[in-house]
Amino acid sequence: MSEVIKVGMADLNVCVSPNSITTLGLGSCVGIAIRDPVTKVGGLAHIMLPDSTQIRNNSNIPKFADTGIAELVRLMVAKGANKGRMVAKIAGGAQMFAFQNKMEMVRIGERNVEAARKKLAELKIPILASDTGDSYGRTVIFYPENGDFVIKAVGRPQKVI
Amino acid sequence: MADLTLETMSNQYFDVLKELGNIGAGNATTALAQMLQCKVDMSVPQVKLLEFKDVATLMGGEEQLMAGIYLGVEGDITGSIMFLLEQKSARHLVGKLMGMPTEGDTFTEMEISALQEVGNIITGSYLNSLSMMTNLKIYPTIPSLAMDMAAAILSVPAIEFGVIGDNILLIQTQFFDEIQLDGYFILIPELESYVKILSSLGISWG
Repeated sequence: MSEVIKVGMADLNVCVSPNSITTLGLGSCVGIAIRDPVTKVGGLAHIMLPDSTQIRNNSNIPKFADTGIAELVRLMVAKGANKGRMVAKIAGGAQMFAFQNKMEMVRIGERNVEAARKKLAELKIPILASDTGDSYGRTVIFYPENGDFVIKAVGRPQKVI
Repeated sequence: MADLTLETMSNQYFDVLKELGNIGAGNATTALAQMLQCKVDMSVPQVKLLEFKDVATLMGGEEQLMAGIYLGVEGDITGSIMFLLEQKSARHLVGKLMGMPTEGDTFTEMEISALQEVGNIITGSYLNSLSMMTNLKIYPTIPSLAMDMAAAILSVPAIEFGVIGDNILLIQTQFFDEIQLDGYFILIPELESYVKILSSLGISWG
């Protein structure tokens, strides 16, 4: 029996095949799915903000792209994944409202995506596919078995990247 | 002041914010009744400080379809405000406002614009009562509407709150005309604005 592990907002978890891992309703947040194709150890992080160093109150590790991705990789290695083999897929980072007022909040989705890409590049984890931006929410399910990243949105056909 | 967070706010301050929420939601209900030209009842609003992950659960799950109206606040205080309504409640309101029932999964341009107006009036009257009570100048910016999964819409206020902490201050209001409508206000003042709101009511901080 395979299980579906749920990841909340500002949360992350590791998942080993045949289980899958999901996070519901990504808006401006970004979902980062990482997998070691050999051991089939996977993981998913649901980050909210790009950079922990810009925030005073930054003890919540999974909330930020930089600390969240680093922590996910660390937990995956502890589960037997090899860092050198890891590959990633990312989704989310939408701009939910046509207009958002505060200057620093403008393009927050886009900035989350940029920060995730930057951190993955720093850790030398290649991004195989992504589905980011636009203005709609996404529910994602990641299967460490084959690396499928299923993306569902309201009123749109389901995608697999 | 530097260590001021929602979590460390004392009960007294929290009660004041609750009361502001009550009065604001009350005025919004009156405005709604005038707009619909019918009697609208309101339950006593619940004010809650919730963790991000629990907010969507309260609204019926992360994937619950919601309509969210979001606008900025400028003037003496700065921040933003969001009003959320279940999509089926939104459809009911729009149908009533336009004098005909609407159907289907999508909203027409006309219906969206009607819904935007509903959001405008509700958030506007809410801010008005806040402004009257505190004697602070509060100006709303142009509202923006999104219809999507609850969690996706909530990511926007969650991110704004996320800069200062791990919780969201939520005011839940139930309106009734013929059916029950669940509405939620999320008021997101910047921390300095909390201080201004409280001190304008004669409450000193710390």
